[in-house]
Amino acid sequence: MRRVLSLLAILAWVSPALAIGVDDAVLEDPSQEALAQRVMAELRCLVCQNQSIVDSDAPLAADLRAIVRTRLAAGDTPEDIKAYLVKRYGDWVLLNPPLKLGTALLWTAPLLALLLGVTGIVMSRRQKPKQALSAADVEAADAILGDAE
Amino acid sequence: MRRALVLLPLLAFGVLLAIFIRQIDEDPSVLPSALINQPVPDFALPLLDVGEASEADFQTGAVQLINVFASWCQPCWEEHSLVTALAKDGVSIIGWAYKDPAANIARFLSRLGNPYSKVILDETGRSAIDLGVYGAPETYIVDGSGVIRYRHVGVLTPQIITAQIKPILAELEGEVQ
Repeated sequence: MRRVLSLLAILAWVSPALAIGVDDAVLEDPSQEALAQRVMAELRCLVCQNQSIVDSDAPLAADLRAIVRTRLAAGDTPEDIKAYLVKRYGDWVLLNPPLKLGTALLWTAPLLALLLGVTGIVMSRRQKPKQALSAADVEAADAILGDAE
Repeated sequence: MRRALVLLPLLAFGVLLAIFIRQIDEDPSVLPSALINQPVPDFALPLLDVGEASEADFQTGAVQLINVFASWCQPCWEEHSLVTALAKDGVSIIGWAYKDPAANIARFLSRLGNPYSKVILDETGRSAIDLGVYGAPETYIVDGSGVIRYRHVGVLTPQIITAQIKPILAELEGEVQ
């Protein structure tokens, strides 16, 4: 028990490495820097494709982080910045794909799967055997159960 | 009806399998370019020799290639002979030196030869982002009015040149006349 407690105490001291997207030039205003980090977390690194530019160490990701920061500091909204990058790199640069005709299936697939599952369950429930047991079957069952006792 | 429903998961599995098999050969690093059929974005960068380059350098009425390269990029060394061969065939190629100081570019070209009609120095790589570049090498075809018509990400191969670049160049040359 003591061992477990001391282990938990040690774990309580461990803090996750939150210092990501580290660059030499961060924004001076901490709230702006926090906003920049949020925007960067939603942008895909184009070199290492399944990382956001916050997580990536690629030089291009560093350049894109610098762009996000300069534009935020210049007064651009997060939407402006995303639009700017989408114009250059396409929707693909967004880790959250926008809801459009082409991505409709992507967005509705979980719902469709749920509907399919629910329909399946409902249908199998409704198709319970309706036929009652015949007298002979009941007798046979009683005989077996009686033996078991 | 019920029997058909039993087959439904199998059918769904078959559809997914078909989709995945189709994608197995797809190179995930090949992305659609957002700038196809868009003009080369505005920029102002120095040339390796003297003077400046801007988007106006692509609105000359002639079809041109942009080859994004750097001396630090190993595949660029490999594809350089192919770029040179294209230039010998009379294709006008503008070199876009990506994130590389002038001295290194000059050394690279003096060693391997210079097939480029102009070499644009983009030392910070900032203008390359406007072009939608995400690494060297990349190759673009720009038509005479400065509109991007084709983009290839990664190293050029003889197959890509004969199957993709040459036909597009021929088609665009036809448009010009």
